[in-house]
Amino acid sequence: MREINFRQAIGEALDEEMARDPSVFILGEDVGKMGGLMGEIGGLYEKYGVDRVRDTPLSEAAILGAAIGAAITGMRPIARMRFADFLGVAWDEIMNQMTKMKYMFGGKIKMPLTMDALTGAGRRQAAQHSQSIEGMLMSIPGLKIVLPSNAYDAKGLLKTAIRDDNPVIFLEHKMLMWAGPKSQVPEEEYLIPFGQANIVREGGDVTVVATAYMVTRALNAAEKLEKEKGISLEIIDPRTIVPFDKETVLNSVKKTGRIVIFTEECQTGSFAAQVAAIVADEAFDYLDAPVKRVNAPDTPVPYGVVLEDFWMPNEEKLIKAVEEIV
Amino acid sequence: MAIEKEKLKELYRTMVRIRRFEERVAREFAEGNIPGSVHLYIGEEAVATGAIAHLRKDDYIMSTHRGHGHLIAKGGDPRLMMAELFAKKTGYCLGKGGSMHIASLDIGMLGAAGIVGSGIPIATGAGLSAKLRGTDQVTICFFGDGAANIGRFHEGINLASVWCLPVVFVCENNLWAVSVPTSCSLSVPNVADRAAGYGIPGVVVDGMDVMAVYEAAGEAVARARRGEGPTLIEAKTYRFRGHFEGDAGTYRPKEEVEEWLKRDPVNNFKEKLIKMKVLTEKEAEEIDQAAREEMDEAVKFALESPFPEPEEALKNVYS
Repeated sequence: MREINFRQAIGEALDEEMARDPSVFILGEDVGKMGGLMGEIGGLYEKYGVDRVRDTPLSEAAILGAAIGAAITGMRPIARMRFADFLGVAWDEIMNQMTKMKYMFGGKIKMPLTMDALTGAGRRQAAQHSQSIEGMLMSIPGLKIVLPSNAYDAKGLLKTAIRDDNPVIFLEHKMLMWAGPKSQVPEEEYLIPFGQANIVREGGDVTVVATAYMVTRALNAAEKLEKEKGISLEIIDPRTIVPFDKETVLNSVKKTGRIVIFTEECQTGSFAAQVAAIVADEAFDYLDAPVKRVNAPDTPVPYGVVLEDFWMPNEEKLIKAVEEIV
Repeated sequence: MAIEKEKLKELYRTMVRIRRFEERVAREFAEGNIPGSVHLYIGEEAVATGAIAHLRKDDYIMSTHRGHGHLIAKGGDPRLMMAELFAKKTGYCLGKGGSMHIASLDIGMLGAAGIVGSGIPIATGAGLSAKLRGTDQVTICFFGDGAANIGRFHEGINLASVWCLPVVFVCENNLWAVSVPTSCSLSVPNVADRAAGYGIPGVVVDGMDVMAVYEAAGEAVARARRGEGPTLIEAKTYRFRGHFEGDAGTYRPKEEVEEWLKRDPVNNFKEKLIKMKVLTEKEAEEIDQAAREEMDEAVKFALESPFPEPEEALKNVYS
């Protein structure tokens, strides 16, 4: 089967959905001739034209506001927000508008709106271009949150996001966008449903819930632990954290009795904290050890090689946590 | 612009209906039938009425926290509005939105908003949608003088201008953002002066004169429908009551309030129409009586309607 990288997966998903549905259009910064910050949607502007691939001013509130107005009047916008950090500039649209209107209006509207944005550290981008803010986002009811960990999932999940009638944020980890490994991706169309976790690696000793780029690092750690210590990790990638497939995680914990939640967020108020709470609440009797979390410290993301590497969750930190509970 | 006799009567009827609706809301609120808070449109009726009179059913409006008048002018049903204010199941939003969050997509009402200025970029999006779908629908976006100072005013109008979208931005300048006067918040004499910064027409109009609003909006809507882009209209107006019901408005000088009360857009228009022989006293009385009965009926409907089931609170988060 052919192999494509993460960037190609994004471009293919957008291309296929735009070809399929004339109400789909893209708006955002540098989406036109530049084809996205990393050329990931190169060619779409030439193929679909200036109306459906719209460069905007640096105007995040207007990008999302316009996407909302278009979504409730029959269009299916994709708002490309570049960096998740920039969502702060349009927080009202996210927190008070797109996620509230359906509810406030008694269910009488649809909000088929997809946002995508780069997330995560590792590219030496410092505090305002590296954050993982999914914990903040998941505290807003009404939003769906996708965190793909590989090119195959990215394509199938993005297509599902665009067809969803709710606001969806699709977070692309920089390390996967820049240099993520290729995936085998079929030529023919496929969709990946939301709320269906992927058991990336089966194992019997410790359950590891990992998201986005941390899945890659969890797999590296698992190999090392298996080879050197004979410890077998079961790695679960939730793929969407809202909706969250808790059953797959709980079933795994019932089997292993141990869990580490491995994400790149600052720990306080994180998705990892929510998973820990769910496991403590619903699988307490199956636990043989405390629930562990390996996340980033509660600081801004530092610039530079030494500091950022120290800050990021990595294989060593995960291995240390696993060894504490087996 | 000569306005037809029937149109003038229709404008008057709409203004009276808004006035009577709001008066009933004030009364029902004082009696404890309406929870939360309500922001009344009394004094500003000419703006919604004159502007929306140019719209078709499939055109859009974006409203504000002071939105009852916009919805009535767009063809909203006072019964469903009143029921929503009473938090009843039969309300526009099943009792889940209340006064500040009423939408009715079937008549092009895209929603009221509790966050000042938030509707401006959303209206731009509705305009974009009309353009992309190849229709000639026009969107009128209402907002207050307070919203003119929030960043979204700039972002939304700039984008609408850059993309030449069919949106008419109507600033209802009632001179006060809650307790802060425009003299403390505007760096230019008129909000409409800012239109120059976006390369679009900026028009100041007497918001207490429905015919003046009608005329200015007519040009702006026609321009938008022709695909020539947005206009910024500033209607100078005044809210006759507090920012919300219960606000005594003591921050406003008494003389100022009295001066504006003399310019009552509903009563003055009635006098004018009688003088113009468009309306007789008797017809005016009939219009008024019909509006009172309509609002009595709306209150009756709201009172008799059931509350939603408590579990309704858990629904409609997602499609």
